[in-house]
Amino acid sequence: MSATAADEKHPLELEGARVSVKKPEVRYDVQGEMSEAERVARAMQNFVKDFGRTAAIYMESCIHCGMCAEACHFHHVSGDPRHTPIWKLEPFKQAYKREYGPFAWIYRTLNLKPKVTVAELAEWQELLYDTCTVCGRCSLICPMGIDIASLVSQARHGMFQAGLVPHELWAVAERGAREGSPLGATPKVFADRVAWLADDHEIDIPLDKPKADVVVTMSSIEIMKYPDSIVATARILNRLGVDWTFRTDGYEATNFGLLSGNTAWQKKMTMKLIDAAIAAGAKTVVLPECGHAYTALRWMGANMLGRPLPFEVQHIAEFLADNIRSGKLRLKKVAKSVTFHDPCQIVRRGGAVEAPRIVLEALGVELREMEPAKGLNWCCGGGGGVVTIHRADRLRYKVYQLKMEQIEKTGAELAVTTCANCRQTFDDGQAHFKSEREMGSLLELVAENLSDGE
Amino acid sequence: MDLLAFARGPGMQWATAIFVAGVLWRLVGVALLRRKPDLSAPRVAAKWKGLRLIVLRSWPRKEFLGGTAFTEVMGYVFHIGFLVALFFYLPHVLFFADVAQGLLGVTFKGVFGVAWPTLPGGIIYFASAVSVAALIAVLVHRLVNPVKRLISNFDDYFSWFVTIAPIATGMAAYSHIGAPYQTLLALHLLSVELLMVWFPFGKLMHAFTIFAARGSTGMLFERKGATL
Ligand code: SF4
Ligand code: SF4
Repeated sequence: MSATAADEKHPLELEGARVSVKKPEVRYDVQGEMSEAERVARAMQNFVKDFGRTAAIYMESCIHCGMCAEACHFHHVSGDPRHTPIWKLEPFKQAYKREYGPFAWIYRTLNLKPKVTVAELAEWQELLYDTCTVCGRCSLICPMGIDIASLVSQARHGMFQAGLVPHELWAVAERGAREGSPLGATPKVFADRVAWLADDHEIDIPLDKPKADVVVTMSSIEIMKYPDSIVATARILNRLGVDWTFRTDGYEATNFGLLSGNTAWQKKMTMKLIDAAIAAGAKTVVLPECGHAYTALRWMGANMLGRPLPFEVQHIAEFLADNIRSGKLRLKKVAKSVTFHDPCQIVRRGGAVEAPRIVLEALGVELREMEPAKGLNWCCGGGGGVVTIHRADRLRYKVYQLKMEQIEKTGAELAVTTCANCRQTFDDGQAHFKSEREMGSLLELVAENLSDGE
Repeated sequence: MDLLAFARGPGMQWATAIFVAGVLWRLVGVALLRRKPDLSAPRVAAKWKGLRLIVLRSWPRKEFLGGTAFTEVMGYVFHIGFLVALFFYLPHVLFFADVAQGLLGVTFKGVFGVAWPTLPGGIIYFASAVSVAALIAVLVHRLVNPVKRLISNFDDYFSWFVTIAPIATGMAAYSHIGAPYQTLLALHLLSVELLMVWFPFGKLMHAFTIFAARGSTGMLFERKGATL
């Protein structure tokens, strides 16, 4: 689709509490022209395409105990049994048994599992996209140890190739692949913003240095909605005296290829970051406050490249924590009580549990943990691309209330997180419920409290 | 050939053959799939090789206990009752000893120095009764709980049936209730054979795959430092 056609068909909305494509008047939740049979075939082929032993073992192991429902925030707020995590995979489970498993020939010959239909897949679109943030909470409860969230991602591969992605998510993913950013943060827009911010804040923001030890990346939500994060990042890195740069050939860490299920687009976005870092001879790539960006590069990057990455990948909170530990980064004390919202992809699934807490400790705040916190946290409801989908709002706001109750219970003065997507989910929720509480950025809190003044 | 002779002879042979071949087929079919190496730099060396999750996931975290306690407890109760009856009832032990002798030419005592322990019939009967009660409870729960009812299929109900049948027929044979002992024993054996024949095809296979599934997730998560 050409740029203008896409802009007309899926205009962006960048002014509101959430940045996404505008709420569509007519929804296009089915993409491409193909026969029904082809859609089903493509869904299944692409579901099993990357199917290795691990996913197959998962498929063989479910005992239908139903416990995973207990862990999922969508089921928790809706009480709808269809929101049971493993049920979200039902057509794919069925197709696996029929087409792929060790006894597929028996299932097919005796027609024990009926063929999956397009109508079923279309019905499941809502379950696989609108009501799953791929947060991985269900993966912690399953007595068989099935990583259900990873299967949802795999099912999304099938759904994408079958042309069955929710309108908005498809539109932002497509724009990301075409323009380099899902929300219009093209290289030119980014460079302009950097120049403008540098000017406005009288701060040096290195851009496109040919060589640098540290290549820093941003998420499109920060670039378009929270540009202060760019300034905050520059302020901290300059203070540390690091040899660093942003690069217009690899700055956008958001990866809607991953969220929508298009592995080719996912790879394309990831390779830009990897190539830019290699070109700069970087020792470290710092990822922004963005959950899925961490999954995409820290845990999947090397697998996209096909060999170990020749540089270290750190989330900004890990980078800050390391510099605090080594004594290079000193912070002023913040005499406030703070609660920290754990972004699922960074903490539960990413393993960076302690880094944000080290930063908060260095800030001297009184940390009031939510219950449950860390790896067991409740998701904000906006991850996995869900926040872009207007149709998903009704239930997402309920999930959001669950999260807010948790936050309010702590009685903390400030709430911070380290994911811009969580932040905008909070902003949007607050706007919806007309509430005052803000979700702050850990990065910005650090930048505001660098010791010895700047 | 009467029913008992069939159950003891060809019935048991066929059931064993199907059980062994089916289990191997399903396990090997999955094991032969490739496992892509994870090239990402691990946060920590996965020194437990997935073992931690295998152990940890045997009981839910306290955050999840509220909603899962019934399923967990009943699950343990019927599994334990079943296994106690299977492995500690004297006639069963003698049967296994016979098989071991025939196949491997060894006895448990010969290898370990002590005889395999057995429990009195009364205790076995009690364990079986508890197991049956728990199995009925989980079936009722499956039928009334909206989540379980939705996600259940033929496999769930049939696997339930082939699990409870050997226990129930075993109890009947032990207490000589309902039919001549020979008939009850034949039914007991046939129900065991049904379980063995169904085992490789349905969810009973989790007895094997549970370790592979937990272990795989454990290994993947551990190297990331992700929550187990
Ligand atoms: S990954 Fe999260 S949102 Fe998706 S089914 Fe599991 S618990 Fe629910
Ligand atoms: S918790 Fe695991 S075994 Fe139980 S129904 Fe869900 S996926 Fe299946």
